[in-house]
Amino acid sequence: MKGCKLLLLSLLSVCLLSACANRAYDYTALKQSNPKSILVIPPMNHTVEVNAPYTLISSISRPLAEKGYYVYPVSVIDTLFKENGLPTTAEMNTIPLEKIREIINPDAVLYIDIKRWGQEYQIISSQSVVASDWRLIDAKNGQLLWHGRAQAVRSSGDSGNGLAGALIGALVDQIAGSIVDHTPELSQAANHALINNGSWGLYPGPYAPKPPER
Amino acid sequence: MKYRKLKFLAALSIAFVIQGCGTKSPNLYYWGDYQSVIYDIYLNPGEADAQTQIYKLNQTIERADNKGMKVPPGVFAHLGMVHAQIGNAGLAKEALLQEKALYPESATFIDGILARSKLDSLGEH
Repeated sequence: MKGCKLLLLSLLSVCLLSACANRAYDYTALKQSNPKSILVIPPMNHTVEVNAPYTLISSISRPLAEKGYYVYPVSVIDTLFKENGLPTTAEMNTIPLEKIREIINPDAVLYIDIKRWGQEYQIISSQSVVASDWRLIDAKNGQLLWHGRAQAVRSSGDSGNGLAGALIGALVDQIAGSIVDHTPELSQAANHALINNGSWGLYPGPYAPKPPER
Repeated sequence: MKYRKLKFLAALSIAFVIQGCGTKSPNLYYWGDYQSVIYDIYLNPGEADAQTQIYKLNQTIERADNKGMKVPPGVFAHLGMVHAQIGNAGLAKEALLQEKALYPESATFIDGILARSKLDSLGEH
């Protein structure tokens, strides 16, 4: 009986462990394309927060490069596009792949759509949110290599202090929230979490140490 | 006080959940101020004049060298751009070529910048 319990326990822990180790995403296309370099196009902004695209790209180089890819200098790229008659990130997202290959020649292009950004107010809580959808495209043929959603939430109404506490918390946060912008930290966490997710994160690039065989 | 502590703990636990299954591995590069320079350019421009950017990027490069770590992709290219913007043609070219030497993936991009800005003939930007 005791042995049975032990077996069950170890089975359970194996299941838990494998939940992390299991790669749910199908990386066939990404592995086949085997990109070494990634061009990040300044994100398309679908929110009213004008700072969102540039807050996001100021914490994207590090996790992408640490994942093993060459990442083109995001601010130099942005400057180049602006100097060539594309003042907005919306316009930058319309550049044909052919043109991108000609002037930059990356192996892959990362397109990002920002869907939610900043403080969202509710009656008994307020929360800071960042959410964006990413598509990694093969620069040679436009094929989708990988995609995912980078998301992070910092909520303030769920402190366990009951309704009154929550109401005060929300009020304090709404006042303080206009001064403190949590989106840089949230975006940094979200970028890192998506890229490094064990099940659907970005597959390690050529500069990364080889992942252990599974 | 207790409430603040709880909030901190909640934020911390959220951070852990967000990190989730992410595998920890040692850094490939020394990042220094590179990403905060980018942030400042767009969201804190008072702290991102050319001289400040050049100072911080050079410091990052120096510290990476001192630690025996690699300078991340993009740092030398960014330094080259800032030098070019204030007319330091020689330093601009040097930094851009350094990016290309470290990271051959940048060749088309760097060669294009050099050609378009006439830096490859060492003219002014």
